Amino acid sequence: MSSVQEPGSVGIVETKYFTFAEPPNELQLESGKKLGPITLAYETYGEMNEDKSNCILILHALSGDAHVAGKHHPDDRKPGWWDSMVGPGKAFDTNKYFVICSNVIGGCKGSTGPSSIDPATGKPYGLRFPVVTISDMVNAQKHLIDHLGIKQLLCVVGGSMGGMQALQWAVSYPDMVKLAIPIATTARLSAQAIAFHAVGRHAIMADPNFANGDYYGKAIPSAGLRIARMIGHITYLSDQAMHRKFGRGLQDKTAPSFDFVTDFQVESYLNYQGDEFVKRFDANSYLYITKAMDYFDLSQPSGDLRRELARAKAAFLVISFSSDWLFPSYMSKEIVTALRRNNIDVTYTEIQSDSGHDAFLLETETLTNLIVNFLEYANQRDNDI
Amino acid sequence: MPISETMTSNPVDLENYRRIFDERPEFRYIVDMIRPGSRVLDLGCGEGHLLKVLQLEKRARVQGIELSEQAIQACVAKGLFVYHGDLDEGLADFNDQSVDYVILTSTIQVLHRPDFLILEAARVGRECIISLPNFGYWKNRLQLFFLGQMPKTKTLPYEWYDTPNIHLTTIRDFVRFCRERGLDILETVFLVTERLPCRRVKFCPNLFADYAIFRLRRREGSTSG
Repeated sequence: MSSVQEPGSVGIVETKYFTFAEPPNELQLESGKKLGPITLAYETYGEMNEDKSNCILILHALSGDAHVAGKHHPDDRKPGWWDSMVGPGKAFDTNKYFVICSNVIGGCKGSTGPSSIDPATGKPYGLRFPVVTISDMVNAQKHLIDHLGIKQLLCVVGGSMGGMQALQWAVSYPDMVKLAIPIATTARLSAQAIAFHAVGRHAIMADPNFANGDYYGKAIPSAGLRIARMIGHITYLSDQAMHRKFGRGLQDKTAPSFDFVTDFQVESYLNYQGDEFVKRFDANSYLYITKAMDYFDLSQPSGDLRRELARAKAAFLVISFSSDWLFPSYMSKEIVTALRRNNIDVTYTEIQSDSGHDAFLLETETLTNLIVNFLEYANQRDNDI
Repeated sequence: MPISETMTSNPVDLENYRRIFDERPEFRYIVDMIRPGSRVLDLGCGEGHLLKVLQLEKRARVQGIELSEQAIQACVAKGLFVYHGDLDEGLADFNDQSVDYVILTSTIQVLHRPDFLILEAARVGRECIISLPNFGYWKNRLQLFFLGQMPKTKTLPYEWYDTPNIHLTTIRDFVRFCRERGLDILETVFLVTERLPCRRVKFCPNLFADYAIFRLRRREGSTSG
């Protein structure tokens, strides 16, 4: 199956659902609370091989979902969020690999989250949904992987919060992860990133429509969610990227308007991103998922990242981007140092890019080069054992 | 699970990678210095040719540090584990004596603080293998003496303004450095590499060799650095 072909699309795909943790077997959460039943929305691409040794789990970021590649309908405006990397002849080559992605718990794209119906009340959970962590998300995914009958994942991979989950997978289930590719991520969220999340959450909760999270079926806190997303987008770009994309360009006008409507292209961009996000994302999920990221600290409980990573058995490919100031390269280096001190095989590279944190979705060519070879080599290693 | 122990050394692969010896004849001598099954760290490993030969031929467990993103991609394509790092920042990530060999091939002369990195290499490696162009080579001396110009040779092909070689040394300087900094020289290979086949130099190497390889280790009880 190594014949070279033009990279293609996975075509029309559909989201599947898996429900587990029915009471009394609820999922035990890190907070001490329990959650169940849980439904995970997931998509798969490619074919599982006979010994189920070609399975790759992709883990999505804050606003992502299970829909990684292809389209649900032929007339969908856009394909899945990492379509550039997943498909026949692409980095995660669906001619070779069986690719899985599931929406995280706490999300709003088909998996159980605050907008789901609480079986105890028959109404949406709202803020009665328990706070979940990255490790809870991974524990839920583990049920899905078991359900699919997979004993070991060839690779876990993700950017940003997806990278956090990849690291968590490697530590929580070391025997189930052969390769891990954490991209543009960190072993513990920085104070700066927590601060941006906090401002976003404040914007949502200060929205008069928020109604303590019980806004379902009524006017939603769209102004707050919109601001949260605008702040987010500022942190995903970089000074250079903003200069390149917008500069000081004016939007649909040749002279400043001397009032407070949108003047600059960068304003228009943020407005657009905010508006689009409000259409597709639930404000409560934004609260829960940012909180899960805030709590992420792989160096706990000991406080020593090297010690906590000692359990990992995977080989790692750690990637950062030079202009990413939300998850700067030093955070990836911290992971690499801890892995190396444990004698774990790790490759680290910082990719030159001016696209900021968003680079993990944009630097397709470089990522493809690295990932194709890294995965190929893993197969080679497999055959040699 | 050391990767190298699970790699079958495919003889065709090995022959392919050995072609690098045509361009870098000194690699042959460096490979010969390495005991089979060792842990090797190559500082400034480039595209990983030397590491790949060591992995296949000596079943070494290899890793590299490299600054160039493109070179790292080439290493990943060879199935090597490499780390993107700046050698001028030292080897703080590595524990004392944690690898069998630290290798520096034609690298120390481009560093800002070669003395610092050599001592770091001797701290991390049980042994170090350091290779360098010899500035004391007679052709360099003649060009400087008779033409009054910065020497340009096959081993030092740059103009004064575009050379990456900012800390060139002679064999004599390097031997003195090792003596003063508590490094024992265990083995030396002096070569003329500018004409192939490359040959070893026994007589007056500081004058007749354009290239030198030193295998060294930190002197017992020495903490210099």
